[in-house]
Amino acid sequence: MRVVEKSQLMSATEIDRTIQRLAHEIVEKTGGTTNLALIGIRRRGVPLAQRIAQAMRGIDGVDVPVGTLDITLYRDDLSMIAEQPVVQSSEITFGVDDKDLILVDDVLYTGRTIRAAMNGLFDLGRPRRVRLCVLIDRGHRELPIESTFIGRSVQTSDMEIIEVRLNEVDREERVMLVERVP
Amino acid sequence: MLGIEPLTAEQITFLLDQAKPLQQIQLHPLKKLATLRGKSAALAFFEPSTRTRISFATAAARMGADTMNLQAEASSLRKGESLLDTVRTLDAMKPDCIVMRHSSSGAPHFVAERIEIPVINAGDGTHEHPTQALLDALTIRDRRETLAGLNVTILGDVQHSRVARSNIQLLGKFGCRFTLCGPAMWLPRELECLAPPGSSIRRVARIEEALEGADVVLVLRVQQERHNEPALALDEYVLLYQLTPERLRRARPDALVLHPGPMVRGLEIDPAVADGPQSCVLEQVTNGLAVRMALLLVLMLGAPGDANDAMKGFSDAAD
Repeated sequence: MRVVEKSQLMSATEIDRTIQRLAHEIVEKTGGTTNLALIGIRRRGVPLAQRIAQAMRGIDGVDVPVGTLDITLYRDDLSMIAEQPVVQSSEITFGVDDKDLILVDDVLYTGRTIRAAMNGLFDLGRPRRVRLCVLIDRGHRELPIESTFIGRSVQTSDMEIIEVRLNEVDREERVMLVERVP
Repeated sequence: MLGIEPLTAEQITFLLDQAKPLQQIQLHPLKKLATLRGKSAALAFFEPSTRTRISFATAAARMGADTMNLQAEASSLRKGESLLDTVRTLDAMKPDCIVMRHSSSGAPHFVAERIEIPVINAGDGTHEHPTQALLDALTIRDRRETLAGLNVTILGDVQHSRVARSNIQLLGKFGCRFTLCGPAMWLPRELECLAPPGSSIRRVARIEEALEGADVVLVLRVQQERHNEPALALDEYVLLYQLTPERLRRARPDALVLHPGPMVRGLEIDPAVADGPQSCVLEQVTNGLAVRMALLLVLMLGAPGDANDAMKGFSDAAD
């Protein structure tokens, strides 16, 4: 099985513009950011959460804490995957009790990652509200999960893959649509 | 997971790295994960143990796994059943791994060759106690950032200590230098052959000299139950080998003091040292949970079939 690139969905500039817009939307729709905190889901949700927090600082000096969540221990397919799972640290230095949390991830697909993330989050306490922010929503949900903040919705087939490349992780900056070719 | 000896430094590092995120779980208000839900671990302790058994049982529970408990005192071993028959009976109840402690060195190896599921050695005779060495290493690495090239002083009955053996195997793979000190009858020359390549072992008679420049001091329990001939008098042991605050000053000012427990205050260790800022005794206990959780995770979610394949997968997964 190999993959071929079909098209570019976002350039570096478009990613940046989308993050700025998402930051504005979050501030507008939240009404008071005192209890707000962002949680980036490893791996690419982490730089996205940090960039959104940075953008919010530029809007009206809102300083929002950012945490990191590793969902490996909460996945529902661990016994099905062939390779050895590798657990990484979560870094959430603030208490989540009564917090207004926004989970941040790169792509929303089946919803299973978000289910796992919520399980992990609720082991830490009882947040007042949890919302979701994703760069790309590609459809094909297998669970009743939707995102409040969406960078861009993309129609896809299940043979297609969305590849988000971010400088912090991949040393390049773009979003691509690729296809598996048997 | 039968011992530290066959593992590479990379595999050990992978296991310690996996234990690291699991340390956080102990601080959560909700400590129970569902990661190993539906799996079960048989705890087969053919030798009395409290802390190791509780630690494994708690580790399994926090990972979401169930445990089946076998204790020597209450088991049919008393009625004359052989070790293999006992283990095969447990195995027939379909656990996903067996955690085993036995007073005979090599007993877990014997069992592992005859059953399909992974066997975790929780201490065999005077041979190895791998999870203790892993939790010691995690404790040292947390305070020191690295395990490489440390000066490690081991005090007491090294000859009969599986903790000392596993620690020498583990830390030796990272190039640590060992100084052993204790009554001469417990420090035979053969111990010097235990040093893995790249490490060294020397035996020193005087405790003051043995502690000079130490980064880590591992205090062993005086295991009176393992001595056949009468050991030296306890008051003499206190006089010559007890780790006191004065003696500890010979070590580096930031030297760590480790003890595998159970600790006998006033015998091998002065209470002031046991409760002092250099003592890591309680951290060791907490880290024992993380290390055992990591091991259960790696072994019970590894490739189905041959348990050894899961171990081989370590270094690949670490890349």
